[in-house]
Amino acid sequence: MPLIATAAGSCGLLLDVLAQPSHATSLTPPQWTALLAAARAANLLGTLAARLTDAGIDLPPAPARHLWGALHLSLRQADSVRWETHCIARALAPLGTPVVLLKGAAYVLTAQPPARGRLFGDIDILVPRDAVGRAELRLMVHGWTTGKSDPYDQRYYREWMHEIPPLMHVRRGTMLDVHHTILPLTSRHRPDPAKLIARAVDTQVPGIKALSPLDLVLHSITHLVHEGELHNGLRDLVDIDALLRAQCGSADDWRVLAERAAELDLEESVGLGLHLAARHLSTPVPSEWIERLLRNRRSRRMLDWAYDRALAPAVESEEARWAGLARSLIYIRAHWLRMPPLLLARHLGRKAWMGWRARTAPATP
Amino acid sequence: MIDLAFRLPPFNVRVRSDFSSVADHVADLYPALQRLDSASFVDFDIRILRGKGHRRWLGQQARFLLDAQEPFLPLPGSQAPALLEWGLNWSIAARPLGYLVLHAAVLARGTDAVVMPGFPGAGKSTLCASLAFLGGWRLLSDELAILDPGTLALHPNPRPISVKNESIDIVGRFPGAAVGPVYHDTRKGRLSHLAPPRESALAAEETARCRWIVFPSFQRDDEHGWHEEISRAEAFALISEQSFNKERMGEQGFHALCGMLDGARCFQIGYGSTAAGLELIDRLCR
Repeated sequence: MPLIATAAGSCGLLLDVLAQPSHATSLTPPQWTALLAAARAANLLGTLAARLTDAGIDLPPAPARHLWGALHLSLRQADSVRWETHCIARALAPLGTPVVLLKGAAYVLTAQPPARGRLFGDIDILVPRDAVGRAELRLMVHGWTTGKSDPYDQRYYREWMHEIPPLMHVRRGTMLDVHHTILPLTSRHRPDPAKLIARAVDTQVPGIKALSPLDLVLHSITHLVHEGELHNGLRDLVDIDALLRAQCGSADDWRVLAERAAELDLEESVGLGLHLAARHLSTPVPSEWIERLLRNRRSRRMLDWAYDRALAPAVESEEARWAGLARSLIYIRAHWLRMPPLLLARHLGRKAWMGWRARTAPATP
Repeated sequence: MIDLAFRLPPFNVRVRSDFSSVADHVADLYPALQRLDSASFVDFDIRILRGKGHRRWLGQQARFLLDAQEPFLPLPGSQAPALLEWGLNWSIAARPLGYLVLHAAVLARGTDAVVMPGFPGAGKSTLCASLAFLGGWRLLSDELAILDPGTLALHPNPRPISVKNESIDIVGRFPGAAVGPVYHDTRKGRLSHLAPPRESALAAEETARCRWIVFPSFQRDDEHGWHEEISRAEAFALISEQSFNKERMGEQGFHALCGMLDGARCFQIGYGSTAAGLELIDRLCR
C-alpha cells in the first residue's frame, strides 16, 4: 500500500485497522491516541467505530468512549437524515417531479454499507433542471433559506455549477444541497442527469428516490476525482471501497460498471477512481478495467504523486512534505475539469481577490 | 514552554504551549496535578500556539488547537491561559464521549451532589467558590456537570474556577484561596482564576449522585433571600437549556437527564450576599 505512509504515519495505521479491525487488539495507548486523531481528522471516526464493533473487538475503555460516542452520534444523525427526508418529501411532493437522494442520505435511506458509522454535513438531492426553480420556491415556503446573497455567488452557482447555492433550514439549521446534475454545467464531461433519474430506486420514504446502487458508486467516484479540496477525500475513498466491495463480486459486475460509466461519459473519472481505490485501499479491482478506462497514462504518475500526498488528512502541522503543492495541483486540475480556461482564470482571480479582501478586513471579535 | 500530559478526571489531557504563562497557569492553579507518562492514552491533545506569519510580530496572538482543529479565532496573547480553560470547556462539551455535559457547577458532600445550572449573571461561580472554600463542600466543577448516562454518576472535573469583575476581590479573601493573574478586557470583562481546593483536586476520581438541583439568582438588594421548591418537570425544562449536547445525544441524552432528576429535589433561590447564599444551600441541601 503506497499511500499515505508518506504522510503522518497514523494515516497508514487508520487504513490498516479499517481493513483489518483485529489489528486493533495489539495497539498501545499512544497508538490508540494517534489512530483516533487520524480517524477524527479524516471524518472516519464513526466508520472506524462501526467496523471495530461489528468485528467484536474488545476495546480498552478510554478509546471505547470516543468510538461509542462517534457511533451514537452517527446513529442520531441517521435518524435526523430520515426525518429531514420526510420533511423534504412533504415540501416537494406536490410538484410531482422526481426527487433523488445522493451520497450520504442515499446510503442511509437505501441501507448501503457506508451508512454505518458515517457522519453527515448536509443532505444532497437531485431534481430535474426544469424543476429547480419550483423546488426552490417550495423549499423556501417550508423554511429553507439561502445564505449566499452575493450576486457573484448566485451567478456562479446558477449559471455554471451543478447545484443552486446551499440552503439552510431556519429552525433546524440543517443544510440542503439541491443539484440538477452531478458535474458543473461548464464541465468537460456531461453525464446526462435524466439517465441517473431514470434508474433511481425507491426509498423507505414515499415520493423520495435514491440513485441506484451502481450510480451511487459512480457518483461518489466522480465527486472525489473532480473535487478540488480533499477535505473528505479519504472518507470518500473509503465509501467507494465499501460500495465496490458490496456490488462488484464477479467479472460481470465490473463490466456492467464500466458500461454504465461509458454511458454517463465518466470513463476517465471512474478509471482514476478505481485506480485510487485499488492503490490505497487494496480494493479488488481487476487491473484490466483500470487500464481500459484510464487511458491517459502520461498524467497518471503525476496524479499518483499528488493524491499520495493530498489524500491523508492534516493531522499534525508537521504533515508530509509537499502536501501543500500536491493539494494545489489537485485543486487546479479539478477546476481545469470544471471550467473552460477563460472562465477558470476569471473565477480564480475573483476568489483570490475575495480571499485577500477577507484576510485584510478587520477581524470580527 | 510546556509539554505536559496529565490526568484531568475523567480525561487524560496533553497540553503543549510556547507561552510561559500557560505553563505557570497549570503549575499554580492545578493542585495535586497527576502527570502521565508518554505511554498513556490522551483524550484531548491541546496546543496553545503563537499566531502565524506576520501576526507573530504584529501584536501577539494565542491560537487554540485541538489535534489539528482550530475551532476559535485567536485571542490576544496575554489571554493564553484563559484560552486554555475556554478551549478545554469547549473540547469536553463538543467531543462526543458518551457523557451528557451540562453548563452547571457541581459540589458534593460525600457522594451527595448539588447541581447548580448556570444562567449568565446568576452568580454561580462566586456561590460555587464560597461553598467550596467556606461551606466545606467538595468541588466537582464550577462549569461542567459531566453525567454518565449508564451509571448516572457525576464525574468531577476540578479545574480553576473562573471569576469575573468584583467577584475576584470577594473570592480572593476566602481562606486558602489562590487566585491567579487577572486578565483585563476579555470577552467576559475582567477575569481571573481561583485554584480548586486541594482536597477537591485529590478526590477527583470520586463520582457523586445528583441529590439537589438549585437554580441560583444573585439579587443585590435582596437581604433576606428566598427559595422556592419547583417540580422536576420544570427543572427539566430549565436545565435542558443549559445542556451542551442533550440534543445531539438524542434519546440517550433525554433519558440521562431524566435519570439525573429522578429522586432529586429542585429549588430556585435568590440571595443578596455570599453568606446568605451559603446559608440557603446549607439549609436546603441536607
